[in-house]
Amino acid sequence: MNLPLTRGMIVNLLLTGAVAMLFLASVYIGRGGVLLTSNFSEIGKIDPDLAALVLREVRLPRALLGLLVGATLGLSGACLQGLLRNPLAEPGIIGASSGAALGAVIVFYSGMSASIAFLLPIGGIVGALVALGALYALAGRNPSIVTLILAGVAISAFAGALTSLALNLSPSPYAALEIVFWMLGSLSDRSMDQVWFVLPFMALGWLLMASTARALDALSLGEETAATLGFDGASLKLRAITGIGLSVGAAVSVTGVIGFVGLVVPHLMRPFVGHEPGRLLLPSALAGAALVLAADLIVRLPATNGPEPKLGVITSLIGAPFFLWLILRTRRESM
Amino acid sequence: MGLQVENLSVTLGGKPILRKLALAAGEARFVGLVGPNGAGKTTLMRAIAGLIPFEGQVRLGGQALDAMASRQRARAIAYLAQGAESHWPLETRRLVALGRLPHLEPFRRPSRADEDAISRAMVLADIEIFSGRDVQSLSGGERARVLLARALAVEAGLLLVDEPVAALDPYHQIRIMEVLRAYADQGRIVIAVMHDLSLASRFCDQLVLLDEGRVMATGTPDEVLTPDNLKSVYRIRAISGGTGDERFVLPVARADNARND
Repeated sequence: MNLPLTRGMIVNLLLTGAVAMLFLASVYIGRGGVLLTSNFSEIGKIDPDLAALVLREVRLPRALLGLLVGATLGLSGACLQGLLRNPLAEPGIIGASSGAALGAVIVFYSGMSASIAFLLPIGGIVGALVALGALYALAGRNPSIVTLILAGVAISAFAGALTSLALNLSPSPYAALEIVFWMLGSLSDRSMDQVWFVLPFMALGWLLMASTARALDALSLGEETAATLGFDGASLKLRAITGIGLSVGAAVSVTGVIGFVGLVVPHLMRPFVGHEPGRLLLPSALAGAALVLAADLIVRLPATNGPEPKLGVITSLIGAPFFLWLILRTRRESM
Repeated sequence: MGLQVENLSVTLGGKPILRKLALAAGEARFVGLVGPNGAGKTTLMRAIAGLIPFEGQVRLGGQALDAMASRQRARAIAYLAQGAESHWPLETRRLVALGRLPHLEPFRRPSRADEDAISRAMVLADIEIFSGRDVQSLSGGERARVLLARALAVEAGLLLVDEPVAALDPYHQIRIMEVLRAYADQGRIVIAVMHDLSLASRFCDQLVLLDEGRVMATGTPDEVLTPDNLKSVYRIRAISGGTGDERFVLPVARADNARND
């Protein structure tokens, strides 16, 4: 009888299956589409320990980060869109990602991360929170689409300028180059330590965002009606913003900016959950993980000896036209 | 028991909007809140709904509002804002179900009782025919009824509706008033901000006439909508007549045009 509910459950199950398969594929398929088994049987013959080490220290962190970062981006996008009641909101577009990048660059640049690796995610989180706080201060309580996007553009531009300044003044060209490549957004060459550093922050952020589900549903009717349904607006905003700041900040500090996932994913999932913002959270997290894992498989497939295309570059190449299409469609609907 | 408001004062941005206002409404009453623009009608509704801070006493069922937990208050008072809309194209039944949010236990699905309350609200508002449709695909009048059903689904003892019939055609205006009347007849209190004096006098048990943050008159529609009150508060002259379901109050001229023109 309750059709949309069962449909939602089917969607979640299918997505979980897809994430599991993509995760395994991410562990087993290497650069140029070379299968782990064919490669490893040869390494394994010579040194089984080396094979295990590669698996544990190279393949597994990459797949795990794809999973964690994808889920973070999808979930944050869905949470933010529900909070702002606006399908164009996304951590990257509203400046949270560039804020996080700036925070991480400051930590990286100052050399603090060399002594205490834990500071890098902290820098990213603080940067994301500051950017989100600035967005709320600039765009006000009930921002229109235009105000929101423009405030986001301003914050992104400012954070970007400060990041450029750090690069500009960098004493070592190699450090600058390293930062630039890191900022393009990639899952490759990350370590298991980095996974452990960001996991607690992400998990806390996810819990905070998950706790907003019902309040986001109530917000479909506006802030005042949500208040009369017993949902405190200030507490909701605090939980959502802190959750997004913690998880996106941690994600960006390790993988750089992987844009537009948080925009595209909730948009694709919304029809499957009857457009309910609360029920959108879980499928968006799953689909975000699936999308990032899939995109990361695609960037490693070309069998070249040159540099691998960066994941963040690919998602932006696909996401930006999608964003434009979404704006045009939203404008058409509101006319 | 019902609703008692005593000494209610609200100041917004340094400006007094409501001044030591008093108001009482018993159960099974449909109260129409009338008065010119800026009289403080919406402010009074928002204060009772707990959306803005106020001074004074508001008691519902003998209990002071400030003493209620937010969840308890959300179950006791339902509020339908003026021009309420849904930001997402929700399916109508799912939208009505939002009215049950104050009743849901954490991490639990809606219970049988919640589903029944949703169905009752949809029957009362006569919107079962829109089941399965997304709310943004409905006409303005149909959508107003779905959003009203959301407020009904709370099954609160007090329902506050701000200008429920504004921007609706006559058919849908009467339809909404009938729904509110039926809800009050279930033993609940309905307070509605009204600008249409004919509809207010036809459907409401009691009218409260506000002006400049004070109650100028309260009582049955006949006691409140006197030519003197219409002249002094609304500054109009009106033709009124009919009885019972066919009562009307038709404004025909400004009462101060001799001075202003």
